[in-house]
Amino acid sequence: MAESLLSLRINGEAVSTAAPSHWTLLEVLRYRLDLIGSKQGCDKGDCGACTVQINGEPVLACLTLAATAQRGEVRTVEGLSWAPEASQGCHPLQDAFDRWDAAQCGFCTPGILMAAEALLRKRAAVVTRDEVREALAGNLCRCTGYTKIIDAVVDASEVVFGQRGDESTDDSAQQTGS
Amino acid sequence: MRPFALIRPESLTQARDLVVAKPEGRSFRAGGIDLMDRMKEGLDDPELLVELRGVGELAGVTESAGFSPATADGSVPENLPSGALWRVGAATTLAEIAANEALLDGAAALVEAASQAATPGIRNTATVGGNLLQRPRCWYYRNRELVCLKKGGDMCLAIAGDNRYHAILGGGPSFIVHPSSLATALVALGATVGTFRGASAEDAITPGRVLPIEELFAGPKTDPTREHVLEDGEVLEAVLVPKAGAEMRSAYGAVREKQSHDWPLVEAAVRMRVDAGVMKDVRVALGHVAPVPWLSPEAAEVLEGQAPDAELFARAAEAAVAKARPLDGNGYKVPMSKGLLREVLHRASGLALPE
Repeated sequence: MAESLLSLRINGEAVSTAAPSHWTLLEVLRYRLDLIGSKQGCDKGDCGACTVQINGEPVLACLTLAATAQRGEVRTVEGLSWAPEASQGCHPLQDAFDRWDAAQCGFCTPGILMAAEALLRKRAAVVTRDEVREALAGNLCRCTGYTKIIDAVVDASEVVFGQRGDESTDDSAQQTGS
Repeated sequence: MRPFALIRPESLTQARDLVVAKPEGRSFRAGGIDLMDRMKEGLDDPELLVELRGVGELAGVTESAGFSPATADGSVPENLPSGALWRVGAATTLAEIAANEALLDGAAALVEAASQAATPGIRNTATVGGNLLQRPRCWYYRNRELVCLKKGGDMCLAIAGDNRYHAILGGGPSFIVHPSSLATALVALGATVGTFRGASAEDAITPGRVLPIEELFAGPKTDPTREHVLEDGEVLEAVLVPKAGAEMRSAYGAVREKQSHDWPLVEAAVRMRVDAGVMKDVRVALGHVAPVPWLSPEAAEVLEGQAPDAELFARAAEAAVAKARPLDGNGYKVPMSKGLLREVLHRASGLALPE
């Protein structure tokens, strides 16, 4: 099978790899670059488990040809990080998912984190539950019933954008080791 | 999915030439949402994808005093709309339309349709052209194991099968419903489309066309294996929406089984101007009820020149589905279409919904 050389920018780094020219971005991430955070669920755009960001916008890696992703800045769940000295590198969303038990099997979580991160970054404010529902409308979760996911995203936005930053620090401290 | 190559042509002319040279094995590609889906299902297996994003003037929404599609001899195509227009390039994404507040002036129904389609991740990739030209979502067509009328078979499998999502109007011999939500809004808005069929005198075969959008689509009586009239290599370049001014109102609505990421059961879109208390220039369209986006002159006729009124809206809704011929499993679409159309008419005209 003819392979071609791909030059991608992923999580801020330039990456080159050879891959079949018809592979999707998801296939290249998982089977060439060992970035297996992005999940292969339905592989046809129905489930959102493969959601990554290109130029800051959430898109479905399973429907994006790797060749066409060469022009953009790709960000995967592996690229989520946040002031490492304060939180062991966890993004406030990841921290909130932990505190709210917003993941059970976890298969949908990477895609949801990338969709939610785009929402928080673009809104740059405390978000409403309806805004979270809308932003995550393309991400299926078969375990949680979504309630705790929405709780966690709203909570993370409150941590990041102010209203109850102090309180949540207390929460984190209380739940350490739980 | 079979291996294929991807090529990025430098111009629309080159893109067109690539596809015209071997139309059976080459396919235009923009967002690729429907194309990738069909390729993964094994319904299509092009050997070469010709990337349309990045060539020509396919991206973005612009305001235009008029529109001049490229023609070989400088002649003005027929149907060229007059007056100020929104020019929506075919490679504009649904997310760009949904976020474009300026479009609310004249094209509110389009913004509503784009913002409800699919999911945020798909809307960030899917394009206007791909939405209009996507293939039907009929579960018999989408199943690679089944040879239905759309795939060269003898008959439409929906007739004797599970036809709960199929056509109640304009059906036969195929009973698909047209899948494009943008089309429903654009038909109501009286949009036209501009196509590309050659750029310069040397390499042009024929000039581009400007078509009223309802003429872009072809029902199954014409050719059950396709849904549009574009020729091999003809590129849908832009959609042109009349920029009708603040007095022109429009609205779009859809009923879905799920609130997100679901195909509509029925859609309705209307456009009207309320002038001295009466409705003028009324256009009514229904979606997901017929193999083409369904323009209803019958409903518009009931409304034209009349004052907005709940009872009148109910009569218009009756007129819109008077010719409906439901199959075994989709009779619910008749009352659903009527109810939705009434709601959309109330919204567009500003008349409060009855309790």
